[in-house]
Formats: sequence, structure tokens, C-alpha cells
Amino acid sequence: MSDVKNFLYLNRRAPYGTVYAWESLEVVLIGAAFEQDVSLAFVDDGVYQIMKGQDTSGLGIKNFSPTYSALGDYDVQKIYVEKESLDARGLTVEDLLDLKYEDEDDDWAEKDSIKVVSAEELAKLMDESDVVLSF
Amino acid sequence: MKYVIQVNEGPYNHEASTSALNFVRAALDAGHEVFRVFFYHDGVNNGTRYTTPPQDDLNIVNTWSELASKHELDLVVCVAAAQRRGIVDEGEQSRNGKDGNNIAPGFRISGLGQLIEGCVQADRLMVFGD
Repeated sequence: MSDVKNFLYLNRRAPYGTVYAWESLEVVLIGAAFEQDVSLAFVDDGVYQIMKGQDTSGLGIKNFSPTYSALGDYDVQKIYVEKESLDARGLTVEDLLDLKYEDEDDDWAEKDSIKVVSAEELAKLMDESDVVLSF
Repeated sequence: MKYVIQVNEGPYNHEASTSALNFVRAALDAGHEVFRVFFYHDGVNNGTRYTTPPQDDLNIVNTWSELASKHELDLVVCVAAAQRRGIVDEGEQSRNGKDGNNIAPGFRISGLGQLIEGCVQADRLMVFGD
């Protein structure tokens, strides 16, 4: 398997209430071993998955949001968040986790993984991806 | 075209599995290849042979098994999702000390890597679910 494809994981749902968000993250973590070109996108209620300050103590469900901060170590460097979805929910990038990666081409400088994009830009990203895994 | 199929919903709560069946049949009839069908989330519930719908209802599990036998399809149930939902083969039964197993003929339990590998190998991924 020498050929590298562009994988886009499209996360559309709130982090809790259904298992899709968590089981999507499990695919991303396992998939990292395959050394493909990976991007994540968060749209609709999916933007809540990467909000700061999540507290699930009242739910009896594991708070898995710290796992997103480990994505940089899994070589996941491109995380797109749809602006329209943030706007519709009264959120800004300041409300989101501070996700970083180390750029090996720039003396391991720490850089922001999150990029806010418009719906139009996201559509283009989806179009350019070889594989879109939708959760 | 070489397809890999992902089924994310169980057999009866949602139409996803039936739609996937119809798609796989149509793709094979049209001469395409189905590299693998990967069952994830509640989709793993398509792989239990204990499913017993009323006689006038389509037995979706048996339909998958028959299709797999006829076309040598690779039906893979995600192990992590299966463990959460009680889908067990002989290996899982012995590993986890269970008193039985329920995997349907033609299905096998394996890891998420099988989905990623399918995406790498196939020309196109088709996802069936919400």
C-alpha cells in the first residue's frame, strides 16, 4: 500500500447523545497507522465536539475531548471548522480547543491545527478528497 | 469500479442496511467489484444469526449471508463496535469468556484497519447511514 490518499473525516454530530463522534475518533486514531493524508472537518453540531471546557460528570459518560489534543501526535495537522456552523451556534474559534501540531518542516515549531473555512471552501475540500468518511 | 461499503446502522431501525444491500446487488450486477463491506456503529447488528424477524419480513441478516456466499463477499464487523454491542464469534467468545457466540455465516470480526485498508484499496467508499 504505497499510494497515499487524501482522507477527510467529516464530523457532523454533537459529541454526546449518540456514539458517532467517539467512534469516529477511534477510526481516526487507528487510521493514523496507515500513513495517509488525513484531514478532519467539523460541521453542524459536530463543532461542539471540539469545544473547550467539556464536562460530562453529570452524564456518566467518558469525556473524550482531551483525545482531540493528542491528534497532533498522530500526525493529524489539518482540522477544518465550518464558519457557518460556528456562526449559527453563536460560537467563535475562541470557544474551541487549542489544537496544535509540530511542523517538522519548520524546526518542529508549534502551529495551530484548526482552520475556520466557509461552507464553499469545505465543499471544495470534500471534492478534492479521495475518501470522505462521514460520521 | 472497485467499491468498499460502510454500513453504520442496524438492520431494522434504519433503512441503511437494506439500501446497502440493494446497492451491492446493483453494483455486482453491473459488473463492479465490491472489495469489502464494513459494518460499524450499530451496523454490527447486521451480523448476528439470532435475528428472527416475522416470516413476512425480510431477513436482512440472512440476505447478507446469502449474498456473501454467492459472490464471495468479505463482510467485516468492527471488533470494537461489536464488543460494545454483544456481537461475538468463536475467537471473541473464548477471549472474553462468553457462554456462546452469535456471528452469522459469511461475516467475520476484525479491526478498524480493515475499513481504512478498504478505503486505500478501493476506488470509492460508499457510506450507508444517517
